[in-house]
Amino acid sequence: MSIIFDNVSKKYSDNCVALDKVCFVVKPNEFVSIVGPSGAGKTTLLKMLLAEEKPTEGKIMLHDIDINFLSSKDMNFVRRKIGAVFQDFRLLPQKNVYENIAFAMEAAGRPDEEIESDVPHVLELVDLGNKIWNFPHELSGGEKQRVAIARAIVNQPDIIIADEPTGNLDPINTYDIVQIFKKINDLGTTVVLTTHNKGVIDSIGRRVITMQEGKVIRDDKTGKYIL
Amino acid sequence: MEKTEFKTKLRRITKAGFFNFWRSGYVSFASILVMVITLSVIGSVIFVSAVLNTTMQELRNKVDINVYFITTAAENDILSLKTKIEALPEVKMVEYTSREKALENFRLLHENDQITLQALEELGDNPLGGSLNIKAKEPSQYEGIANFLNEENILSNEGNKIIDKINYFENRTAIDKLSRIIDSAERLGLAISLALVLVSIIITFNTIRLAIYISREEISVMQLVGASRNYIKGPFVVTGVIVGLISGLITMLLFFPISYWLGSTTQNFFIGFNIFDYYLGNFFEILFIVIGSGIIIGALSSFLAVRKYLKL
Repeated sequence: MSIIFDNVSKKYSDNCVALDKVCFVVKPNEFVSIVGPSGAGKTTLLKMLLAEEKPTEGKIMLHDIDINFLSSKDMNFVRRKIGAVFQDFRLLPQKNVYENIAFAMEAAGRPDEEIESDVPHVLELVDLGNKIWNFPHELSGGEKQRVAIARAIVNQPDIIIADEPTGNLDPINTYDIVQIFKKINDLGTTVVLTTHNKGVIDSIGRRVITMQEGKVIRDDKTGKYIL
Repeated sequence: MEKTEFKTKLRRITKAGFFNFWRSGYVSFASILVMVITLSVIGSVIFVSAVLNTTMQELRNKVDINVYFITTAAENDILSLKTKIEALPEVKMVEYTSREKALENFRLLHENDQITLQALEELGDNPLGGSLNIKAKEPSQYEGIANFLNEENILSNEGNKIIDKINYFENRTAIDKLSRIIDSAERLGLAISLALVLVSIIITFNTIRLAIYISREEISVMQLVGASRNYIKGPFVVTGVIVGLISGLITMLLFFPISYWLGSTTQNFFIGFNIFDYYLGNFFEILFIVIGSGIIIGALSSFLAVRKYLKL
């Protein structure tokens, strides 16, 4: 599934422009990092992919669907095809690790047998098999982020979007998380990731889109973090 | 994408609702506490209206019209008047007391009063007339009945007056006042009850809304994961139902000692109405109303509260 941002602008008010005529295309199975200082519009960009925010102008296409013309019911189907990972993890605090991941599968209407076999499997994939019955508040930041990633990939989405996934993590956990994203991408999933961590960009060594003040200012095939 | 059956969904939602209730223990406890107060108010309204109704009924039964006849009135005339009065739609019951019966009652009443009895002996003849005791269906109808009797006054076989007096016109002010009091007491009672019930429902609604406000982040995460609106709402509604159910049971249990303790007091105060007997006698009816209200309030407030946070 390709992602197309076609002349997308987002204005909160006349003097507050979050995105200014952003255009780019992400091809299937690409690994794209979006970099830029705070306030460059990275998070707004990702929010629009999940239809959390609507663009003031322009359109956002997933494959050949304009997501802003979808009903909330159809948007739920699209969200199940996009796995999202956030800087603040956004796990469900009242549910344990197993239930957090199972919830995403239940929401997608998967049968019990699949949930029972897939959840432990996906937790092995992020190396958290031993924390399956723990609650989020019992986990470290790196562990929480791995649960969030497990939740994002469990429905085998076409796209993973990650908003500053390493923002709250130490260098070792950051390295581990980046490796997990690379592995996911190698298995055939598109990954769109925002970060302002130079080390992360350099270690990924794939396409980098650089943003500043709501505009795309660079788009490098095998980029480095340049600002 | 595979579609799960409705049954599976329902099971998942119920389970999630139960876990939600259990794991947010303190919040659930607070909701139950407030809900118990609301349901107690609703339950009390049932009791109070029962007390009012019974008391009104008793008072109403005490209101009546007595028609006293002159001593020379023929029994036939009286009985034909009785049949006529009975034919009136607003009349509930007419009771005839004959001259002899009246004398007997009088004697019985003054059993220990030798002087009065002696005076009665000296009179020789029975000085008492027959009488009709009339009860209307509604206190406000006495006026009409009394007027009817006034107009019929003239009638007797020989054209003589047979009615000595009608005590309605003496009691009229008292009866009027009483019917007004009964009316306004019922209306006031209804208004106060409704206001109390409304206020407590609003308080419960707000408590549950606060409980769900705590989960607003969770609700948005659920939406981002792609859960449908109903699948997100479901568990919260189930939690609301559980809160309502438990609160209803607690309220019913609380009513047992309270009504037992109030039982004898109310019996003395409100003419023969025992609140404890009423509780036992109408147990399932009250149970149904209290638990039913709990479930409806719980489910509805949860439903409305979650809807507010389903923004995407």
